[in-house]
Amino acid sequence: MPEKKIRVLIAKPGLDGHDRGAKIIARALRDAGMEVIYTGLRQTPEMIASAAVQEDVDVIGLSILSGAHNTLCPQLMDLLHKKGMDDVLVLLGGIIPEADIPALKKVGIAGIFLPGTSTQNIVSFVRAHIAQRG
Amino acid sequence: MNDKNASRSPVAEKPQDERTPSAAESQWEEKVLKPNLAKSPERATEFTTTSGFPIRRLYTEADLPNWNPDRDLGYPGQPPYTRGIHPTMHRGRLWTMRQFAGFGTAEDTNQRFRYLLSQGQTGLSVAFDLPTLMGYDSDHPLSEGEVGKCGVAISSLADMEVLFDKIPMADVTTSMTINSPAAVIWAMYLAVAEQQGADWKQISGTLQNDILKEYIAQKEYIYPPEPSMRLVIDTFEFGTKHTPKFNTISISGYHIREAGSTAIQELAFTLRDGLEYVDWGIRRGLDVDEFGPRLSFFFNAHNDFFEEIAKYRAARRIWYKAMRERFDSKNPRTWALRFHTQTAGCSLTAQQPYNNVVRTAIQALAAVLGGTQSLHTNSLDEAWALPTEFAATLALRTQQIIAHESGVTNTADPLGGSYFVETLTNEVERGAWDYIEKIDALGGMVAAIERSYPQREIAEASYKYQLAVDSKEKIIVGVNDYITDEKPLEILQIDETVAQRQAVRLKKLRADRSQAEVDRRLAALRNAAQGKENMMPYIYEAVKVYATLGEICDALREVFGTYEEVAIT
Repeated sequence: MPEKKIRVLIAKPGLDGHDRGAKIIARALRDAGMEVIYTGLRQTPEMIASAAVQEDVDVIGLSILSGAHNTLCPQLMDLLHKKGMDDVLVLLGGIIPEADIPALKKVGIAGIFLPGTSTQNIVSFVRAHIAQRG
Repeated sequence: MNDKNASRSPVAEKPQDERTPSAAESQWEEKVLKPNLAKSPERATEFTTTSGFPIRRLYTEADLPNWNPDRDLGYPGQPPYTRGIHPTMHRGRLWTMRQFAGFGTAEDTNQRFRYLLSQGQTGLSVAFDLPTLMGYDSDHPLSEGEVGKCGVAISSLADMEVLFDKIPMADVTTSMTINSPAAVIWAMYLAVAEQQGADWKQISGTLQNDILKEYIAQKEYIYPPEPSMRLVIDTFEFGTKHTPKFNTISISGYHIREAGSTAIQELAFTLRDGLEYVDWGIRRGLDVDEFGPRLSFFFNAHNDFFEEIAKYRAARRIWYKAMRERFDSKNPRTWALRFHTQTAGCSLTAQQPYNNVVRTAIQALAAVLGGTQSLHTNSLDEAWALPTEFAATLALRTQQIIAHESGVTNTADPLGGSYFVETLTNEVERGAWDYIEKIDALGGMVAAIERSYPQREIAEASYKYQLAVDSKEKIIVGVNDYITDEKPLEILQIDETVAQRQAVRLKKLRADRSQAEVDRRLAALRNAAQGKENMMPYIYEAVKVYATLGEICDALREVFGTYEEVAIT
């Protein structure tokens, strides 16, 4: 029996238009056999949380290069919690200063990927964590 | 565009595979090369540029069989401008050292500007924050978390007054990276210049104002393409009349490259954007030789040294041919492509960040050898955050070392006549014309964008590049090879109180100004937008009574609507 495909929502929160990374990740995860939905640009945390519920995804991948991560990530995590989506795996990539990482992990961002990360690393991270969550 | 003139311009060279080596070269190949290869093979079977362009082992006169130096190379300051647009190039005048800067409030950035000028920087370049770029005031709900983060927050003329406090606008040229709301920010700039008593006819600077590359790559658009193009042409028309020394557009390949394009795509899409603006200007009834000289360009300087140099040289040659052949331009100032360069932000690594100083120096050297008119060198810490003062100073010093110590400024186009550089220049030109013609066939750049053609080409190139890095086919030092453990870098922290301070200032501004006057001028702008008039004078009038950026952009949103792209992955 074929395994159930991992469903991923790739989202660009905030006003940032830099979508090179988001598109590459969307394509790499799709090439790795996952089901990928890309939200497009300028999504509010509300729009992302609603899309996650509607699409019933296992993973949300956020891409932020504008410096707004400290505001947008806690808002999204709060909304996901309210919608009962605590088991969704949330990842973040972009320009993220190291000093911000502990606080982001604390609100529940499971993986933070900085510039230079290979797409294979992200694929294996997603597979390992989804397998763990069963 | 006139179809009979849209035919391919003659590119001198035959493709590489048709080359006929001389007897001496064939003999060298037999007697020297072959035995050597038999003993020690080369490191790879194929060598390519950063963009994946194949590079031969050796370039000789066999690669340039039809090359005519008088026609294809010419002399500096003369068509086809391959060797540069000024007769003496950097012997006469160095390029403008123009470091892009902006963060926090107008006060914070004003201080950084004055510091940079005191360190020998010769022009200013403003980075605006995302709310400003998107036409939202700092206190708009969508601005939350973004205020002052990746540039300076400018919501009204009051902020602009602070930004240029004690900076003489009559003497210092300023470049402003602003696109969708460019007309509004420019109106604010002109209003401050007027307050300072600077003569509009004399002031100079550059407005990025390149909306086409926003749809293609940078994605900071507000309105649909048609009204956006109308706003751009309004600034051309206004500038031609009132600010004859101001560059009303900087047609930008930088962001196209950052989005992952190849060098050829960067060149082709940028120049095709340029042709689109000229076309729209002419359709408005403007004279190409009046507004043409105010068009400026902006290119990326990526890692591949020779490919980048070839790109700049080819850019000048293509623009010259296109202006002559497609638009029958008679003014040499229209023919000469002037450009700013920024080193490649996307080439900077978060790992071993000091390596970025070396990358930036090599990229900057390519820009100088390619004949740039102005240059921004990135700071070593920009894969982490906006630059610290230390990092920004080091980036400026990199340019000063190239200018004063390397000796490369002593002669015009030092690489001119190199078999390799001339061949590569021809090949890059040929590749760019192919794309330009494809976009012509799609009905022009606006039509191509609506069909996502350039967006798709870039996404494809970007993914290919990533796979080459992932598979280590391309080595990035410190990222996929030569990896070491590192200590975190000291970076610039943006004060989280910026948004609050901006909100307080906006509240006071709205209380102190005449609301009736603001409403009246916004209504006049809306009315103009619904008709066919040039909107620039109405925007200027609204700015002067302290209507905010968000209010003015909203007035136009009501008339024009907003644009949503079809997301490609």
